[in-house]
Amino acid sequence: MREFLDMGGYAAFVWPAYAVTLAVVVANIVWARRLLRQAQAAARRRMAAAGAQP
Amino acid sequence: MNWTWFHRLGSPPHAYRLAQRLTPWFAWPAAILCLLALYGGLVLAPPDYQQGEGFRMIYVHAPTAWMSLMVYTTMALAAAVALIWRIKVAHAAAAACAPIGASFTFAALVTGSLYGEPMWGTWWEWDPRLTSELILLFLYLGYMGLRAAIEDPQRADRTSAVLAVVGVVNVPIIHYSVSWWNSLHQAPTVMRFGKPHMSPAMLWPLLVMLIGFTLLFAALLLVRLRAEILARERNAAWIREELGA
Amino acid sequence: MPELQHAALGAPDAAVAGSAAPRAAVTLLAAARLVLQRDLTLAFRRRAQLVQPLAFFVIVTMLFPLAISPELARLREVAAGVLWVAALLASLLALEFLFRDDAHDGTLEQYVLSGQPLTALMFAKTAAHWLLTGLPLAVMAPLAALSLGAPPAALPGIVVSLVIGTIALSLIGSIGAALTLGIRRSGVLLALLTLPLSLPVLIFGARASELAILGDPIVAPLELLGALAVLGITLAPLASAAAVRISLE
Repeated sequence: MREFLDMGGYAAFVWPAYAVTLAVVVANIVWARRLLRQAQAAARRRMAAAGAQP
Repeated sequence: MNWTWFHRLGSPPHAYRLAQRLTPWFAWPAAILCLLALYGGLVLAPPDYQQGEGFRMIYVHAPTAWMSLMVYTTMALAAAVALIWRIKVAHAAAAACAPIGASFTFAALVTGSLYGEPMWGTWWEWDPRLTSELILLFLYLGYMGLRAAIEDPQRADRTSAVLAVVGVVNVPIIHYSVSWWNSLHQAPTVMRFGKPHMSPAMLWPLLVMLIGFTLLFAALLLVRLRAEILARERNAAWIREELGA
Repeated sequence: MPELQHAALGAPDAAVAGSAAPRAAVTLLAAARLVLQRDLTLAFRRRAQLVQPLAFFVIVTMLFPLAISPELARLREVAAGVLWVAALLASLLALEFLFRDDAHDGTLEQYVLSGQPLTALMFAKTAAHWLLTGLPLAVMAPLAALSLGAPPAALPGIVVSLVIGTIALSLIGSIGAALTLGIRRSGVLLALLTLPLSLPVLIFGARASELAILGDPIVAPLELLGALAVLGITLAPLASAAAVRISLE
C-alpha cells in the first residue's frame, strides 16, 4: 500500500494531478445540479406569483 | 428523410423531458467507466519503462485535454445550429457548454504542468500543446465574459453564438501557428524521457477513461441544459405542468 | 455632407425612377466607396483621435529601452517582438472608435436598412479603419525600429510585414468591436475577445520582422501573414455584419 501511494517517487505529481481532476469533476456535478435546482425554484416562484394574480 | 425528430428536439418542453429521461443513461455508465479506468490505470497498468509510475498522470491529463477541445467544438456546433435555424434550445446547449469546458481546460493546464515538472524538469514549458490549451482557456473566458456583459438574454445568446463560431474557425489556425512558432524558437522540447510506449494494458484504461469523460460531459450538459431551458421559457404553461407548481 | 452621402445609400433615386429596381440606383461598389469616403472624411475632422493610437505605439516602444537596457545590441534581439506587441496594442486601442459613434447616432441602423449587403459595408468600414490606423502604424514603424537598434536594411521588411499584418488585425478587431457593440465599458472585454484571435498574426508578423532584422529572407512568414489577411477579408466582414445585425435587433 505504501509503495502504491509512493508512485515510484512521483507521488508529489501523480496525486495532485488526480486530485485536481477529481475536484473539477465533483465541482462540475455539484454546480450543474445546484443550477438546475435554482432554476426550478425560480420557475416555481414565478408560477406561484403568476397564479396569485391571474 | 423524416425531420420531425429534429424539430421536436428544438421544442423546449420536449427537449427538457428528453434531457431529464436521458441523464441517468449517461451519468451511470460514465461513473462506472471512470472507476473502471481508474482501477486499470492506477493498479493494473504496468509502469512505463522510462517514465515509471509518473506516466499514470496521462490518465487524467489526456481526458481533460480531450474534454477541453470536444466541449468547445460541441459549443460551436450548437451555436451554429442555433444561429442558422434560430433554435432556442441550441442556444441553451451552447451556453451550458462553456463553464464545463473552461473548468476542464483549467484541469488540463494544471495536470499538464504537474506532468511537465518531472518530464521536462520545469513547471511551465512553452510547449505548443500547453500553449494552445492556455489560449483555449482565454477563448472560453472571452465567451463567458461576453455572455455576462450583455443584459438582454436573447442578444447574449446570439452574439456569443457568433463568437463561438468565429472561435472554432480560429482554433486550428491558432494551434498551427503556435506549433510553427514553437518549432522555430526551441529545439524540439527537451523531454527527459520519451513518450510512453503504450502497451495494450496501458492503453485500454486511457480509452475507457476518454469514453467515461465524454459520457460525463453529456450528463453534465443535459442537467445544465434543463436549467438553461427553464431560464429561457419564463412563463410557459408546460413548466407549471412539469414542476407541479 | 456625410449625411447627404449616406442618405443616398439606399434611397431610391428619383432620376432613375423608370428603372425596374430602384435599389440598384447605388451599386454595391459605389455604396462601399461612399462608406469609405464618409469614414475618412469624419476621421480627418477629428484628427486627435487619429493621432492617439500612433502616440501610444511610440510610447510603448519607448518603454522597452527604459525597462530593459539602452544597449542597442540587446534591444535588437527583442525589437521585432516589441514592435509587434506595440502595434497589436495600438490597433486594439483604436478599435473602440470603429463602430462606437456610428452606433450612437444611428448610422449603423441606416446601413442595415439601406438594402445594401451589410457585409460589403462592414468591409468598407474596416478598410477605412485600416487606412486610418494600420497603415500609419506601418509608416511610423521604421522610426521605432531604428530606435530599437534595427539595421536600416531591415526597414522595408518590417514595413511590409506590418502593412499585411495590420490588415489582418483590423479585420479580426472588427469582429470583436461588432460583438461588443452596445456594451458599456467594453474595453477590457474587447481585449479579451480580440487578443487570443490575433495571436497567429502576432506570431507570423514578429517572425517576419525578426528575420528582416537578421537579414534573412522573410517570404515564408509573409506568405502565412498574407494567408491570414485573405482569410480575414473573406470571413471577418461576414461575422461582423452578423454581430451588428444582432446588436440592433
